[in-house]
Amino acid sequence: MDLNYSAEEQAFRKEVRTWLDANIPEDLRRKVLDYEELSKDDLVRWHKILAKKGWVAPSWPVEWGGTGWNAVQRYIFEEEYAQAGAPPIAAFGVTMCGNVLIRFGTDAQKKHFLPRIYHCDDFWCQGYSEPGSGSDLASLKTRAERKGDHYVVNGQKIWTTLGHYGDWIFCLVRTDPNNPKKQEGISFLLIDMKTPGITVRPLYLVDEGHEVNEVFFDDVKVPVENLVFEENKGWTVAKYLLGHERLNTGRIGGSKRELAKLKKMAAETMYRGRPMIEDQRFKDRLSRVEIELMALEVTNMRFLDEMRRTGNIGPEVSMLNIRGTEIQQALTELTMQVAGPRAQLFKPVDYDGFDSYGGSLASRYFNYRKTSIYAGSNEIQRNIMSKMALGL
Amino acid sequence: MNFELNEEQQLLADSLKRYLEKDYDFEARKKIIASATGCSDAVWSTFAEMGLLGLALSDAQGGFGGGAGDLHSVMDALGQALVVEPFLSTVTVAHLIDRAGSEAQKKSVLPAVIEGKCKLALATEEAQARYDLTQVSTSAKRDGAGWVLDGAKVAVVDAPSADHILVSARTSGKAGDADGISLFLVARGAAGMTLKTFRTQDNARAADLTLKGVKVGADALVGAEGKGLAALEEAVDFGTVLQCSEAVGVMQSACDATLEYLKTRKQFGVAIGSFQALQHRMVDMIVSTEQARSITYLAASKVDGGAADAAERKRFVSAAKVKISEAARHVGQEAVQMHGGMGITLEMKVAHSFKRLTMIGLTFGDADHHLERFAA
Repeated sequence: MDLNYSAEEQAFRKEVRTWLDANIPEDLRRKVLDYEELSKDDLVRWHKILAKKGWVAPSWPVEWGGTGWNAVQRYIFEEEYAQAGAPPIAAFGVTMCGNVLIRFGTDAQKKHFLPRIYHCDDFWCQGYSEPGSGSDLASLKTRAERKGDHYVVNGQKIWTTLGHYGDWIFCLVRTDPNNPKKQEGISFLLIDMKTPGITVRPLYLVDEGHEVNEVFFDDVKVPVENLVFEENKGWTVAKYLLGHERLNTGRIGGSKRELAKLKKMAAETMYRGRPMIEDQRFKDRLSRVEIELMALEVTNMRFLDEMRRTGNIGPEVSMLNIRGTEIQQALTELTMQVAGPRAQLFKPVDYDGFDSYGGSLASRYFNYRKTSIYAGSNEIQRNIMSKMALGL
Repeated sequence: MNFELNEEQQLLADSLKRYLEKDYDFEARKKIIASATGCSDAVWSTFAEMGLLGLALSDAQGGFGGGAGDLHSVMDALGQALVVEPFLSTVTVAHLIDRAGSEAQKKSVLPAVIEGKCKLALATEEAQARYDLTQVSTSAKRDGAGWVLDGAKVAVVDAPSADHILVSARTSGKAGDADGISLFLVARGAAGMTLKTFRTQDNARAADLTLKGVKVGADALVGAEGKGLAALEEAVDFGTVLQCSEAVGVMQSACDATLEYLKTRKQFGVAIGSFQALQHRMVDMIVSTEQARSITYLAASKVDGGAADAAERKRFVSAAKVKISEAARHVGQEAVQMHGGMGITLEMKVAHSFKRLTMIGLTFGDADHHLERFAA
């Protein structure tokens, strides 16, 4: 057993860290570290910098712009990426739509979309969940009816992250409402959001931020060449996507960054006449989270090792998601605890020099409840483990 | 032993609940929050007419002579409706004046409070204090017959709507000393007082307060010079119990909403409440809420005269606050998780219940603060 990264891997880590430190624009890094909302321009600007470096799509084959990194290198990259405070690359384009097209797309689809995704010429979003279809995604009702050389789409999607920035949306739609097996009447469609009949409506979260939307489709015409894979086989595509890129769901890098920030804040906050970080009760709480994170990092490395050896990982990988989200949430909660009564801050009414960072601390705790809900709630992750890993 | 409300308490609780259901639903509340002052004069007048503001004030001042026990079902109802008006602040400071103020102070403030013509706020928190009432750096120095106050108070909830603000200030000693803390009742807007106002996470209005050479008369000092801590602790304990009662109402409302959601939300062709994984968690939420209710009753009896001394009172109030903070966290997080994404949308009441519960856990001392005090 060897828990250490090799010399080459450490050199790779250094290369990544050095480049990120030198190339993340300071204004964007500050926004990320201060939990400020990033505009579409912010996200696209950074995407293009990373694309120019050639690092925007590590999961793609080299011929389409991938980096050729192995699983461990990719993990190291993601960890350094999060620790550096780099703006996120929205997963919907590169990671999701890109990988789907690489696996299932026609040559024409690949040639048209992949370079545009690589350079973020189109901002992509995801049309999966519906008001009546959350955990039970396969029950989705948005209808696509074939009429000649196009589909006519009617229905509603919900929780569309950054839908208000979206140029294109990939959607799961029902093309065969009569198939009694609900998974078998679903298709995967690429839809230009400028098409008439699409309405995007904001759905404000409890922190009053705008990140998710409802998207309505009213007789939206989609050319048949935007169908990915076969008609009624969209569930195969969706399953492929769900199984893809699950090695960073533990969010180790981001949690390490937040832990370091939290320790600094606790050292600077006074309680009962001494720094909060010296308070035994608080120290215990903080230490428990840190220890859990240490364990999860090694658990994550074990999955990486399995991936490297066998090229595959099992459904047990859900545990990364479960513990990873719990750690992320615990860190936001401890940060709020350190702020104490100051965590009541939210929005200025009449306040010159309002501490908007302070006002974002509890907001972040509230907002981060989403991490155990989205992309398969922790209940669904436990179902996956109990059914598929344990045979219960 | 008898946990039933008496007839008067029951009538009051029922009429308050009816009023809030009719005039303080989620939409009405939203309008109040968006208004210029963030609280409603009409609602406040109704509270006065119903006798809520004088319920726990002494008979001699025109009150009803009740206590935290009598206010329990009132606070429970305010919690269920997520009322944002400054009731808790006003009643807490009025209680302090009733107990520790001079006859003149009582006469000038309490009848006006009872009539709904005077709102109050409590300014104890400082940048370095974090719940510790002895961490007072704001100073009060003698100035002729009166005093001059200098310093800063942070996150003073309900200060923007208050007519008077109760300020703790140091007349001797240093931050952390129990002695040397004096209490002053200062008019909001007194010369030298600046309010920077903000909206709190749970949609109250609050302010950071700066005091620069604020001159007050001798009659502003509440209680004896340098001996304010005991009265302050007593009032904060009283307010803490009221806050616990409110939390019980908020938890009840979050439990009701979650149970309803489990029964009506369908996935995989069935109500999600048919899943045992969720059933057991729903039961745990109810157990947490009932345990919180019980310990709140216990603490209320102690602040209403059932404690032999201040040490016993503090111990029981801290016990309640520990339990309340933990139950509020548990119930809030689980209510949201079982609602899925809907649970964190601005348009769902349960999301606001979660926010209020979280903020209750962070004011008047968090669970760790009270664990320390309980075990002291």
